Amino acid sequence: MSLIHEVFAKAKNENRAALIGYLPAGFPTAAGAVECITAMVEGGVDIVEIGLPYTDPVMDGPTIQAAVDIALAGGTKISTVLDTVRQISALGVPTLVMSYWNPIERFGVEKFAADFKSVGGAGVIAADLTPEEAGPWIAATDSQDVDRVFLVALSSTDARIAKVADITSGFVYAGAVMGVTGARSSVSDQVRGLVDRTKAHTDLPVAVGLGVSTPEQAHEIAQYADGVIVGSAFVNAINAGGADAARELAKSLASGLARV
Amino acid sequence: MTALNDANLADLLFPDASGHFGQFGGRFVPEALMAALDELDAAFRASKTDPVFIAELADLQKNYTGRPSPITVATRFSQHAGGATILLKREDLNHTGSHKINNVLGQALLTQRMGKKRVIAETGAGQHGVATATAAALLGLECVVYMGEEDTKRQALNVARMRLLGAEVVPVTIGSRTLKDAINEAMRDWVANVDTTHYLLGTVAGPAPFPEMVRDFHRIIGDESRIEMLERFGQLPDAVVACVGGGSNAIGIFTAFLGDENVRLFGFEAGGDGVETGRHAATISGGAVGVLHGTRSFVLQDEDGQTVESHSISAGLDYPGVGPEHAFLSEIGRAEYRPVTDTEAMNALKLLCETEGIIPAIETAHALHGAIQVGRELGEGALILVNCSGRGDKDVETAARWFAMNGEKA
Repeated sequence: MSLIHEVFAKAKNENRAALIGYLPAGFPTAAGAVECITAMVEGGVDIVEIGLPYTDPVMDGPTIQAAVDIALAGGTKISTVLDTVRQISALGVPTLVMSYWNPIERFGVEKFAADFKSVGGAGVIAADLTPEEAGPWIAATDSQDVDRVFLVALSSTDARIAKVADITSGFVYAGAVMGVTGARSSVSDQVRGLVDRTKAHTDLPVAVGLGVSTPEQAHEIAQYADGVIVGSAFVNAINAGGADAARELAKSLASGLARV
Repeated sequence: MTALNDANLADLLFPDASGHFGQFGGRFVPEALMAALDELDAAFRASKTDPVFIAELADLQKNYTGRPSPITVATRFSQHAGGATILLKREDLNHTGSHKINNVLGQALLTQRMGKKRVIAETGAGQHGVATATAAALLGLECVVYMGEEDTKRQALNVARMRLLGAEVVPVTIGSRTLKDAINEAMRDWVANVDTTHYLLGTVAGPAPFPEMVRDFHRIIGDESRIEMLERFGQLPDAVVACVGGGSNAIGIFTAFLGDENVRLFGFEAGGDGVETGRHAATISGGAVGVLHGTRSFVLQDEDGQTVESHSISAGLDYPGVGPEHAFLSEIGRAEYRPVTDTEAMNALKLLCETEGIIPAIETAHALHGAIQVGRELGEGALILVNCSGRGDKDVETAARWFAMNGEKA
């Protein structure tokens, strides 16, 4: 069983959803990101997603764009990202990288999978890699035993969900909104339908992200999904109050994950 | 030149079923957009054999755009081209002043067919934005155009035109504030509003089916040219020349000639201050294979795959990517791509003004410099067809500033 699956299984035993927290490497600085993510884990984050900063993040809203700009301006490289993965994995928490595809392709698909594995990474989410283009990536992640997470969207047909689920490992990432990352005031009713439709095609855990920022939303999603993914809200918290604010947000989100 | 047999000619004309031109093209997008791309693909394929669609588009091309566009023999300009004769395919005479209207009318009609009421577009020089705003006004569609803040300044006339046509122009204030960032913002809008909105992409880049679809709406440029060459000049040109940013005007004029082995194809990219300086937008000449904005092609990027900002005096060519079919045509050697510096382009612009009484767009001026260069290489008697892709009204201020700075009278 992969580390990711162990964490989902443990959460299930505790009758709750897992909390997945995102932060870009290099934000606010390379060391600051490690400090903030460590605080998030202390606060109750079960699985960490480390963003690989990219110049053209078309899936990200203003909050994460601004964080990524700071990371890039601060000189964040792929090597920085891998070093961050090494430090966070050492905490014993499953650590994923969320990236756009071009940096991975440019780095070298096989080399990225191997280097990522060597620093203790658990899985990779490539936000704009479609199953149709994923052949070399599937081979590389299989050979390194790295989980590869793909996304399903509210607009995905059942046929596409099946196709995505078929090549996904670790967990399936269900996008809660049609749109970019960023805090939203409510979670669409359609999300539960998407999770149910996905579960009809796979035994993998299904985690819900995009637009999730409050304990109330986390609580609502925890009733039907295996994981709750929060990103922009952590960036906002860190902008306002640094690592301590990130820890507090993680605590408050974690308090809402129980199934009732 | 690569010899073409039937099999690889078919490859040239059609991407494969998943939108690939060799190793280039494809779809690299968030899953949320896949359904919309499939819907667009279906509408596009249905339109190709739909007599009503074909008739509607043909009527607009003739009676709204003013097609066919003429071919002008540039006699005095040719005197600088080593004995070659330069012919101008006058896309600058189209309604709205460039080739961009060809694609826009096709996609606007598809938007109606898909039952969508809103179009969004990116624009660099503003020509595609103006064309989109025009088609939206004509067909009663809501229109939002994303334009880098930097470009709204250097192309202020086109911003005014778009607003006059009823479009909302959104200045993009992130990243390099140019075309690349305008595309990012348009994609973000699209993913959030995909049920009601069509992204009317203005070049032969982006995820499939855009490169194929935009090419097909522009291939009328080459189709008309090929017929006129044979009827009026009794031969095909020795070379076809166009400027390449994303590459829509170039692919539009190239496509009809791809199977004509003896017609050489040349694309001229924006060399900015010179490829060797790093300040340029010559993606094929100075980039590497990568993925940007949904497609695999050549990309200006660093060793970490981060996009490098492009530089060109021409807003319309100031883009760090290029259409995947151009990458493919370059790789197989069917078309040749070369850089043209800002200075070379501006000198060609001035030369065309003074010898032919035609003020071309700065984008087009890159092709005009290229035509002189190719003319001098091919020499006496060569016939060179240039896509005169746009008119230069929008660039008059930039040109005046440029020539004043360089101590010349504009």
